[in-house]
Amino acid sequence: MIAVTLSASTQAKLWYWQRISAMVLALCVLVHLGVMIYAVRGGLSAAEILGRTRGSLVFGAFYTVFVLACTVHVPIGFARVCEEWLGLKAGGAWLLAKLLGLAILVMGLRAVYGVVA
Amino acid sequence: MSATLKVKVWRGKTSGGFVDYEVPRLESQTVLDVVTHIQRHLDPSLSYRFACRVGMCGSCAMTVNGVARWTCRTHVSKVAEGDALEIAPLSNLPVIKDLATDMREFFDKWAKGHGQFKGTRTRHEGFAQVRPDSRERAAANAGIECIGCGVCYASCDVVTWRPDFLGPAALNRAWTLVNDVRDTAQRERLQAVAGDVGCHACHTQGSCSERCPKQIEPTAGIAGLKRLAARAAVRGELE
Repeated sequence: MIAVTLSASTQAKLWYWQRISAMVLALCVLVHLGVMIYAVRGGLSAAEILGRTRGSLVFGAFYTVFVLACTVHVPIGFARVCEEWLGLKAGGAWLLAKLLGLAILVMGLRAVYGVVA
Repeated sequence: MSATLKVKVWRGKTSGGFVDYEVPRLESQTVLDVVTHIQRHLDPSLSYRFACRVGMCGSCAMTVNGVARWTCRTHVSKVAEGDALEIAPLSNLPVIKDLATDMREFFDKWAKGHGQFKGTRTRHEGFAQVRPDSRERAAANAGIECIGCGVCYASCDVVTWRPDFLGPAALNRAWTLVNDVRDTAQRERLQAVAGDVGCHACHTQGSCSERCPKQIEPTAGIAGLKRLAARAAVRGELE
């Protein structure tokens, strides 16, 4: 169910969720970049990456958290962009945002599964 | 310093155009002096607004070379590009004529954001005592010197994108009252300033704080409102 306009309470909670997810993302991005820079020192191949990630619970858990934080963070900001730059009403903006969130969740978790399983 | 300024001034309403004037350049000349010279000596039909000329009344703000400024306290030497000045009405407000904008919506939004003080004491009771060094008093002090010039409102992109957005000045006013320990309408005020017409629409770009001639930081007040609103929402005190 998509409300046409969101209540002040919902807006305030969304802001809170976006802030929390931003904190998680800030940490995830730093770790992600750090590991990436460390890992590519001796060259990079698909086999090498998969060798490290396959069966690794730590990799799986870390990137699952990363994907979940994106799933929370991106749609909230995207809905604002739709409202303010594309001129959509709240209903249309949130429908698009939820679809984007769903796509991020499915594609992200699928990618995590792909490198870990 | 050349002897004359080449000044482009907006003439008309929403539709209109810039008209060129040549104005003698003087020492310590303000942008308001330039506009006044044009009206008194070159074209008496030019409309603009001013009152105090000393940065107190907040009525003379205009867009000078693309930036909203209080013109009475803006020296030409600081803003002229060579000897060129472009003077336009404030953005984000309807133009009445030439450089005069309709400020009604701007001030109506202060009222919408519950910008009125509401207390309980009567004249028969003693004065409320507020410690000058308390956190609330310091926060209120930081925003209380607003002169209502509209520079922040004209500089805010969110006002352009969301015409319903209350804007930095109204939210700054609400923030000063949120920090007024005598005020009794806190819950209603927070309800009025939360959500996407209020503090949650702000992107923290900071143009308001950058351009406020009184060095107020509405961005900081708006961030404070967001924190309070989030706390109230989590506690179920917000609808």
